[in-house]
Amino acid sequence: MFEAVAFYLFAFLTIAMFYITVTTKQALYALTALAAGMIFISAFFFILGADFLGAVQIIVYTGAVMALYAFGMMFFDTTREVKEKQGNKYIIVGLSTLAAVLVVIIFAAPMVSENIVALYPAIDGVGNTQEVGLVLFTKYLIPFEVAAIMLLVAMVAGIVLAGKKMDLSITLINDAEIEEEKNKKVLS
Amino acid sequence: MMEIGLNHYLVLSTILFAIGLVGVMRRKNLLLLFFATEILLNAVNVAFAAISHYYGDLTGQMFAFFVIAIAASEVAVGLGLLIVWYKRHNSIDLDALTTMKG
Repeated sequence: MFEAVAFYLFAFLTIAMFYITVTTKQALYALTALAAGMIFISAFFFILGADFLGAVQIIVYTGAVMALYAFGMMFFDTTREVKEKQGNKYIIVGLSTLAAVLVVIIFAAPMVSENIVALYPAIDGVGNTQEVGLVLFTKYLIPFEVAAIMLLVAMVAGIVLAGKKMDLSITLINDAEIEEEKNKKVLS
Repeated sequence: MMEIGLNHYLVLSTILFAIGLVGVMRRKNLLLLFFATEILLNAVNVAFAAISHYYGDLTGQMFAFFVIAIAASEVAVGLGLLIVWYKRHNSIDLDALTTMKG
């Protein structure tokens, strides 16, 4: 009973938050709604008994990823509105909504017929964090290490990309010429 | 109000995925496009966790971890690319991103 109430409450909240993220014009509102939706998603993980995953969701998403996005939002000056010029607005909105509804129907129609009973917990007598550790560091050790290397590569790539002086030229022209180019750009 | 089964979670995950899909299709601001991508990844995570719960197998949770790791690296690389793009063109409008057009 309580599980059902919690499920429907959090499902409603999550869908509402993500809907705001997708439809709002303000980047700040989108960011805040996305962070709230992520936290509500972690509620599902706690309901499902995946405690460790829920904690990781809160730490990684609302801690790390949202901080990165907040930095990006400040960097990109999103107060200036991006023109979302699209032919006929109603046709585009209608078609994309129709496509989304079709996806829901296609995937949901075969599922509503029968229920599946929970078999949790997988290993008796130990908590979720311990179970996850057992499986992660025995069966999935190599994928785990590969994921770690991938994160390292991504971090280095992000720093290299963001740190490079790529706006006009790398090394060949001097500062005066860069200024000149900039002025030309402004004038044109 | 009946018992919550796997179907409920899968339907919820599908709805969230569809919302993210609408965002990916409609958005012209690249930062907001990234937000929509995060919604897609989170929808998949919900499905993974639910399947892991209802089949009593931890593989789903493992895959959810890997999805989170991929999302984190996507943010790092994607924001790096976005910064480069913004430095060059002073805009993050998707319509301006046409250098790959022949």
